[in-house]
Amino acid sequence: MSHEIDIDKHVRTYLFVFGSLLALTFITVGISYLHLSVVPAIGLALAVATVKGSLVACYFMHLLSERKLIYAVMLLTVLFFFFVLLGPLVTETNPIEL
Amino acid sequence: MEDTHHEEHHHEELGFWRKYVFSVDHKVIGIQYAITGLLFLFFGFCLMMLMRWQLAFPGRALPIIGGLFGDSRMPSGVMLPEFYNQLGAMHGTIMVFLGVVPLGVGGFGNFVVPLQIGAPDMAFPRLNMASYWSFFLGGVTMLVSFFVPGGAAQAGWTAYPPLAETTPAPGQALWLIGMVFLITSSLLGSVNFITTIIQLRAKGLSFMRLPFFVWSQLVTAFLLLLAFPPLEAAGFMQLMDIVAGTSFFLPSGLVVSGQALEVAGGGSPILWQHLFWFLAHPEVYVLILPALGIVSEIVANNTRKPLWGYKSLVYSVVFLGFMSFIVWAHHMFITGMGTVMSSFFQTTTMIISIPSVVILTVLLLSLWGGSIRFNTPMLFALAFLPMFAIGGLTGLPLGLSSTDIHLHDTYYVIGHFHYVVAPGSIFALFAGIYYWYPKATGRKMSELLGKLHFWPSFICMNFIFFPMLIQGMAGLNRRMYDGGASYAHAQPVLHLNGVISAAAWIMALAQVFFVINFFRSLKKGERVGTNPWQATTLEWAAPSPPPHGNFATEPTVYRGPYEYSVPGAAQDFSPQFNPDGGSLSENQTA
Amino acid sequence: MSAAAIPYTVEPRPDSGLNNVKIGIWLFLASEVMLFGALFAGYILLRVGAETWPRGAEFLSVPWATTNTVVLISSSVTMVLAWAALMKKNFSRYKLFMGLTVLAGFGFLGIKYIEYTSKFHHGYFPSTNTFLSIYFLMTGLHALHVIGGMVVNAYFWGPGSKMWKTHPQQFINRVEIAGLFWHFVDLVWIFLFPILYLL
Ligand code: HEM
Ligand SMILES: [Cu+2]
Repeated sequence: MSHEIDIDKHVRTYLFVFGSLLALTFITVGISYLHLSVVPAIGLALAVATVKGSLVACYFMHLLSERKLIYAVMLLTVLFFFFVLLGPLVTETNPIEL
Repeated sequence: MEDTHHEEHHHEELGFWRKYVFSVDHKVIGIQYAITGLLFLFFGFCLMMLMRWQLAFPGRALPIIGGLFGDSRMPSGVMLPEFYNQLGAMHGTIMVFLGVVPLGVGGFGNFVVPLQIGAPDMAFPRLNMASYWSFFLGGVTMLVSFFVPGGAAQAGWTAYPPLAETTPAPGQALWLIGMVFLITSSLLGSVNFITTIIQLRAKGLSFMRLPFFVWSQLVTAFLLLLAFPPLEAAGFMQLMDIVAGTSFFLPSGLVVSGQALEVAGGGSPILWQHLFWFLAHPEVYVLILPALGIVSEIVANNTRKPLWGYKSLVYSVVFLGFMSFIVWAHHMFITGMGTVMSSFFQTTTMIISIPSVVILTVLLLSLWGGSIRFNTPMLFALAFLPMFAIGGLTGLPLGLSSTDIHLHDTYYVIGHFHYVVAPGSIFALFAGIYYWYPKATGRKMSELLGKLHFWPSFICMNFIFFPMLIQGMAGLNRRMYDGGASYAHAQPVLHLNGVISAAAWIMALAQVFFVINFFRSLKKGERVGTNPWQATTLEWAAPSPPPHGNFATEPTVYRGPYEYSVPGAAQDFSPQFNPDGGSLSENQTA
Repeated sequence: MSAAAIPYTVEPRPDSGLNNVKIGIWLFLASEVMLFGALFAGYILLRVGAETWPRGAEFLSVPWATTNTVVLISSSVTMVLAWAALMKKNFSRYKLFMGLTVLAGFGFLGIKYIEYTSKFHHGYFPSTNTFLSIYFLMTGLHALHVIGGMVVNAYFWGPGSKMWKTHPQQFINRVEIAGLFWHFVDLVWIFLFPILYLL
C-alpha cells in the first residue's frame, strides 16, 4: 500500500485532474460547434477523449502506480481491443475486387 | 448430481443444501459442472441420433418413438425440416457451450486446478458458485426453448443473420438470452481461474513448475475472458433486432419469402460474423486446450518419464492462445473479403498451426522409450493423439482460401472439427474422468468395463467421422435436411450416410459400459489411497476424496511437475511435494 | 466456514504485489473493455458502411449530454475523494463524498431519462435508423453499468460501511475496487459522448 504516503498531495492532484477534465469537456464541445469536416473532427474529438480517458485511468484509477501484472493484462486487452476494431474496419475499406 | 457424494459425512454444520447444492467448495462445484456437462453431452448426442435417422432414411417414419414428438415436430413419425434445423442448431450449441466447455473448464478446471497448485479453494468461492448457477440457468433456458411457439433456434450454432432473424423469434430470442447467461458464467469463471492461478500457488510452485494442465487452464481462462464479450455485444444487437425491430444485421432492401422486410435496414450481416468468430475461433481452443492439458498429465504419468520438452509445451500454448485471437476471419473467406484481409488471415492461420504441431510432437516424442502402462485413461489419451492430428491437419486446407472455396460448408468441415472435438476433446475428457475419478471418490473405475467402453467408441468414432471427410470432398453440403438425396452430385457418396448413422447408434450402446462403470464404481470400485497412479503432481498429496479445504497442511513444492524415473531416486516417481527425491512417499501411496 | 482460509484476500501476495480482489477487478474490467470494444466495432462498421450518417446533434441534445458528462466526471472525483477520506481515517467525510457519488449517479440517470423520453416523444426509436439503434444500445448498456455501480456504491455507503469498524483495511480495499469500476464507467462515457453526440 504505497498510497499511505501523503494523501493530501494526492487530493490536490485529483482536483487538478478534475479541472482539466472539465476544461477538456468544454473544449471538445466547442470544437464540435466549429463544424469541421469529418476527418479532422473525428481526429480531434478522439484525441481529446483519449487524453481525458488517460487522465481518469492514470490518476483516478491509480494506473500510474500499478503493478506490472496489471499493465501486462491491460496491454493485452488493448491489443485485442484494436484487433476487434480493425476487423470490421478493414472489411469496409478493403472490399472485394471482382 | 448429489449421488456421487452421498456416502461421506464431514463433521461440519453445513446442511444438505449448502453442502451439495449451493456449495462454495471448488470440488463440489467441479463435480456439479461435470455431471451437468455429461448430461448435456448425452442430451446433445440424442439430438444428433435423431438427425442421423433422417439423414440415413430421408422422409421415412421413425419407428417406435417417432410418434412421441407431436405433430408440430414429427407428424406420424416423419421429421419436419423445421424440427431437423432445431435439432442441428441445438446439437451444436449444447455440445460446445453446455457439454465440452463445462466439463473441461468448469468440471476439470474447478476440481483439479486448486488441488494441483496446492490451494485450499478458488480465490472467490462465492463467484464460483454464481458461475455454476448462471451456467445452469443458461442450460435451462436452452432446454425451455424447445417448447415455445415455433420451437428452438433453427439458424445453426453460428446464428448467422439475416437467417437467424427471420426464423421464429421466440426460440432465437431464448437462444440469445441463454447465451448471455453462459457468457456471464464463463466470465465469472475465468476471472476466478486467473486470479487463483496467479495468487494461490503453493510455496515453491513457480510458474515453470506448474503442471501443464494448469497452464492450459490459465490460457483457456484468458481466451474466455477476452473473446466472449464481443459475442455478448453481438448477442445484444441480435436481441434488439428481434425484439426492438432494429436493423443491426439487416441490410436495406431485404426480401424474405417474396416479401420486402419492413425494417429500416442499413445494417450489416458481416458484423455478426466478425463478432461471432472473434469469440468462436478462440472458443475452439477453449474446447481443445483443457483436453491437451489432461492428455499431457496422463501421458507423463503412464510413460513413467518426464514430458519431453515441457518448456516448448508452455511457450507453444501461450503463443497458441495469443494467435487464436487473430485468425477468426478464416471462417469467413467465402462470405467475401478483400485480398488484404484474406492474405492476413491465411498467414496467421498457417502460423497458428505451428504451435499445435509442436504440442503434438512433444506428446508423441514423450512416448519414445517409455515403459508405457496401458490402463484405460492412457488408452483414451493415446487415441487422442492421432485423432487430434487428423483433425488439425484437415484444418490446413480450410485455412487457405483457394481450397476453402471447394470445402467450405461441406461435410468436410464437419469431419474436420469433429475429429478435433469428438475423438479429440471428448476422448481426453473421458481419459480425465477415468484418471481423476479415484481422487474424487476414493475408488477406481473398473478396467474391464473401461476397455469395453474404449474400443468400440474408438472404432465407431472413425466410422462416423472419416466418411464425412470423403462426403465433403465429393461436394456434399452440410446442414441439409435430406442428407443430399436430392442432389445429383451427392449420389456416389450417399450410401455412407447409412454407415455413419449405424456407427453412431452402435457407439451409443458402447456408452452404456461407461454409465454402468461410473455408478457401479461408486460402491464397488477398488478402494485407493491418496496416490493410486503413483503420480507426481500436488493433487495426489491430498486425501481421496479431499476434505473441504483440501490439504491437511499447506503443501510445499520442491521440484518440477513430471520427475519420473529420476536416476538414483528410490522409486520411479519423485512427487513435487516430497522434500527428498521420493523415498518419503511410502506413506503417500496406498 | 470451517475450510482453511483463502490467502491474500486482504494483504498483497509478495511476488505479484497485489491482493486477490485487485486482480479480479482488473480482469473484469479487461473483459468490459472488450465488450465496449465490440460495440465500438459495430459503430464503426455501421457508420463506414452507411450511405449517410447523421450528426449526433440532429437527433440528440448536446447541452444535456454535456451536463451529464460534467455530472459523471464530478462523481468520479467525489468517489476518489471518498477513498482518500478513508485513507485519512475520516469516516464522516467518506460518508459525505460517497453519498454525493451516489446522488450524482441519480442525477445522471435522471438526465438520461429526460433524454430518452424526449426522443420517444419525437418518434425516435431504436428501430428508426442504425444511428439511433447504436445510440440506444450503447447508452442503454452504459446506463445499466451506472445502475450496477450505484447499487455497489450505495451498499458501501449504507449497510456495507459497518465493515469499517471491524476490518478497516478490507473496507478501504473494497471501496477502492468499487471506485475502479465507477471510474471505468466514467471512462466509457468519455468516449461515448463525442462519438454519439458530437460527431
Ligand atoms: C491448426 C489447426 C486448425 C486449423 C488450421 C483450422 C482451420 C479451420 C478453418 C479454416 C475452418 C473454417 C472452414 C469453413 O467454414 O470453410 C474451421 C472450422 C472449424 N474448426 Fe478448425 N482449425 C484448426 C483446429 C481446430 C480446433 C483445435 C478446433 C477445436 C475444437 C476446431 C474446430 C472447428 C470448428 C467447430 C469449425 C466449424 C465452424 C463452423 O460451424 O462453421 N478447429 N477450422
Ligand atoms: Cu477457426
